[in-house]
Amino acid sequence: MPLLEINALTRRFGGLIAVNDFNIELGDHELVALIGPNGAGKTTVFNLISGFYKPSEGYIRFNGQDTRGLRPHQVTALGVARTFQGIRLWSEMHVLDNIRIAQHYRMGYSLLDCFLRTKNYMQHEKAIDDIAWKLLDAMGLKDVAYELPRNLPYGVQRRVEIARAMSVKPKLLLLDEPAAGLNSADVEDLIKLVKWIHETFRVTIWMIEHQMKVVMTLCSRIKVIDFGATIADGTPEEIQKNHTVIKAYLGDDTI
Amino acid sequence: MQKKTFTIGIFAFMALIAGLAQADILSPYHISVLMFMGVNVILATSLNLVNGYMGEFSCGHGGFMCVGAYVSSVVTVLLFSKNQILGAPLLPASLAFLGFPLALLLGAAAASVAGLVVAIPSFKTRGDYLAIITLAANYIVISAINNMEIIGGPRGFMGMSATENGMKSVVDLPWMLIWVMLGTLFTVWLLRRFVTSTLGKGVPAICQDEIAAEIMSVDTNRIKLIAFMLSSGLAGLAGGLYAHVLGYVNPQSFDIMRSTEVMVMVYMGGMGSLSGATIAAVVYTVLMEALRFLDVWKWVVIPLLLILLMQFRPEGVMGNKELADLFPRLRKYYSFK
Amino acid sequence: MEIFQHILNALQFGSFYALIALGYTLVYGVLGLINFAHGDIFMVGAYIGYFIAVALLSSVGLNPAVTLALTVPATMILTAAVGVTLERTAYRPLRRKGANRLYVVITALMAGLMLENGNLALLGASRKRFPDLIDKVIWNVHGVSITNLKVIVIVASIAVFLLLQFIVTRTKIGMAMRGISYDKFAIPLMGIPLDTIILFTFILGSSMAGLAGILFAMSYPILEPYMGALIGWKAFIAAVVGGIGDIRGAIVGGFLLGFIELGVVAVFPSTLRDLFAFSVLLIILWLRPTGIYGVARTTKI
Repeated sequence: MPLLEINALTRRFGGLIAVNDFNIELGDHELVALIGPNGAGKTTVFNLISGFYKPSEGYIRFNGQDTRGLRPHQVTALGVARTFQGIRLWSEMHVLDNIRIAQHYRMGYSLLDCFLRTKNYMQHEKAIDDIAWKLLDAMGLKDVAYELPRNLPYGVQRRVEIARAMSVKPKLLLLDEPAAGLNSADVEDLIKLVKWIHETFRVTIWMIEHQMKVVMTLCSRIKVIDFGATIADGTPEEIQKNHTVIKAYLGDDTI
Repeated sequence: MQKKTFTIGIFAFMALIAGLAQADILSPYHISVLMFMGVNVILATSLNLVNGYMGEFSCGHGGFMCVGAYVSSVVTVLLFSKNQILGAPLLPASLAFLGFPLALLLGAAAASVAGLVVAIPSFKTRGDYLAIITLAANYIVISAINNMEIIGGPRGFMGMSATENGMKSVVDLPWMLIWVMLGTLFTVWLLRRFVTSTLGKGVPAICQDEIAAEIMSVDTNRIKLIAFMLSSGLAGLAGGLYAHVLGYVNPQSFDIMRSTEVMVMVYMGGMGSLSGATIAAVVYTVLMEALRFLDVWKWVVIPLLLILLMQFRPEGVMGNKELADLFPRLRKYYSFK
Repeated sequence: MEIFQHILNALQFGSFYALIALGYTLVYGVLGLINFAHGDIFMVGAYIGYFIAVALLSSVGLNPAVTLALTVPATMILTAAVGVTLERTAYRPLRRKGANRLYVVITALMAGLMLENGNLALLGASRKRFPDLIDKVIWNVHGVSITNLKVIVIVASIAVFLLLQFIVTRTKIGMAMRGISYDKFAIPLMGIPLDTIILFTFILGSSMAGLAGILFAMSYPILEPYMGALIGWKAFIAAVVGGIGDIRGAIVGGFLLGFIELGVVAVFPSTLRDLFAFSVLLIILWLRPTGIYGVARTTKI
């Protein structure tokens, strides 16, 4: 059973077709890219998977379960986590809290437990705390645990956002342009980080990215979309030589 | 060890106040100011949960206070008091110790359910639209009670003093003062436990980025429900205490002016700060008394103060910090974040 | 025939709501601000009108018709001045600082309270009676009694609506007003300073409130300091139900509220009027959260 199965996915916004008959299958432990020109519908696909939008047509299955009709937090609870095109960390809460809150679905205690500070509450809070600290430590963020995101360099914020996504303990990690806004040193770090996450946590990573260096270095498979529809699918070598892809990005070379 | 000291200290302080009241060192006026202070603390901290932590704009807190006031009053009057319409008391006054907290709880529960009126729309809308809904809800509650002759309509409802008298007849202590102090402590304790937990932290997460919260596994509808119902329920508790402190209620005391008063306290103290709301409530109560000589001008000066606050320190006295952030040594005595 | 009587009364009362709602919607459309003080500006307008009318009638000794002719524009101008003062002293400094919109809303709420209670403190609790400036003429058409005053009120509100529509769609500054709600930064680049547009908005909105104040005072001559409060809140809700930011919404919402209220009073005891009116408005908002003419804003992530 594939981890993620998307079939005939279509999403219209009034007269605009943002996603057009999109199909993909992702298995375990893959590292795949989704690329395409600006406005191609890439983030819309992610938003559809997250449950932020509902498909106009088609279906999305995660581990065999149909995700249509699920609210975003329910989709996340199934094991899908993501980062956003512009970093969406909670700006008035420190890094540690940002990581803790993403574990909400695993909270495991009731409001009453919370008021009475029962053993159930204490155990689950400790578990949340432990996971948060372990993750921060593993990703080299222990020193900034009590910092507010806006006081951190952009590259570190991006790392925090990825850490937050990982605290969900996902089986599928969606990264939306993780290298956007990073300088070349940070991009190198990002490549190392993504590789490390992929190997350590054995998670499937699907990333939207414009920086070809990142894509070509990391990904074993690349899917290209334009105007909401797939125009190519293959290995990095295949995609680099694909005329349709080149045309989509650079325009027609025949005058 | 030090945390226990803090708890013991608080209770000792409360016992001291009660003792001073009993010994008539504190005059009835002082006692009533203290009681209004407690009620205001409950109101401010409960509204702070919604308007501060969650960043909503609820303008109708008075309505929930009203629900709690009336429900608890009807219960105690039914049980312990003679009333023209409701009849003779059902229980002996000595059982007031059991009946009163029960009545308060029922009032709070009713107010909590009333909070659904605001909670459910909040799933889909925010900001200005929610402001209107809370406004309208406040008016609707008052309008409804104005039309209920059985509980006095616009003329008000009384008979609640029988409850305190009943308690006094068993043991002569300043019972309403004690109940208000307990209620205030309970509220702050409850809210503190909520906002320091991961569950409670979902509230500011929704405020700061609701979409991110939703996608990062926070069940936003559930959290909103909890926050609104907790807030309105505690407002109901405040209402119940208020009604029994005065021994009389009428719908007008819970209208938009009351809601505005509570908002003044919240914004003065700083949104998202529990200690801020508490301090602001205390200061506000004192201010109201100190400015009593101004009569009508009081309600010109107080809005002006808030306007000036908005101009020069809009984040309020505490911003979104707590006392322990400003005075780190206090952390020894109680942990907060 | 009685139904036409009710319709007429509803149109009249709805006119007041509509005129006041226009002020709310104009400011909201341009600034994104709920000017909670607006209902009290209406009250101030009524009082300004009262003082001017009384002064002209008794001190200067003018006859009622001339008094009316002078009072209306004078009141509108002075009420506009009040609105502009509020904007300049309280709202603009916050805007300059880039303050959170919430702080401005709170300031507005407090300013309204200051106006109400300031009135109470300065003028006392005794109510003022607005002098009769026009002779009441009643026409009886098929059993429906139509007073000239009712006609004036309704005609005035429609005229104001048409005027505003013209301004907003045909004049440069009017279109700039509409443009600001979409993009605050592009408009000054087109040559009109932001402050001027906002000034113009407040002048328009407040003078409409002043006009509403006089018309209201002529129809219901007893003035008291809190008269703007409830009407203001209701007009605000009417503006939102109509779709805040849209002039048509204010008119439709205002008249709708007038009809709802009168409909309720026709069937139920009048004490239930507010209860039902608010409830119906809430239901409409629940069914159509952005209001009748409102446009839903979709968020992009």
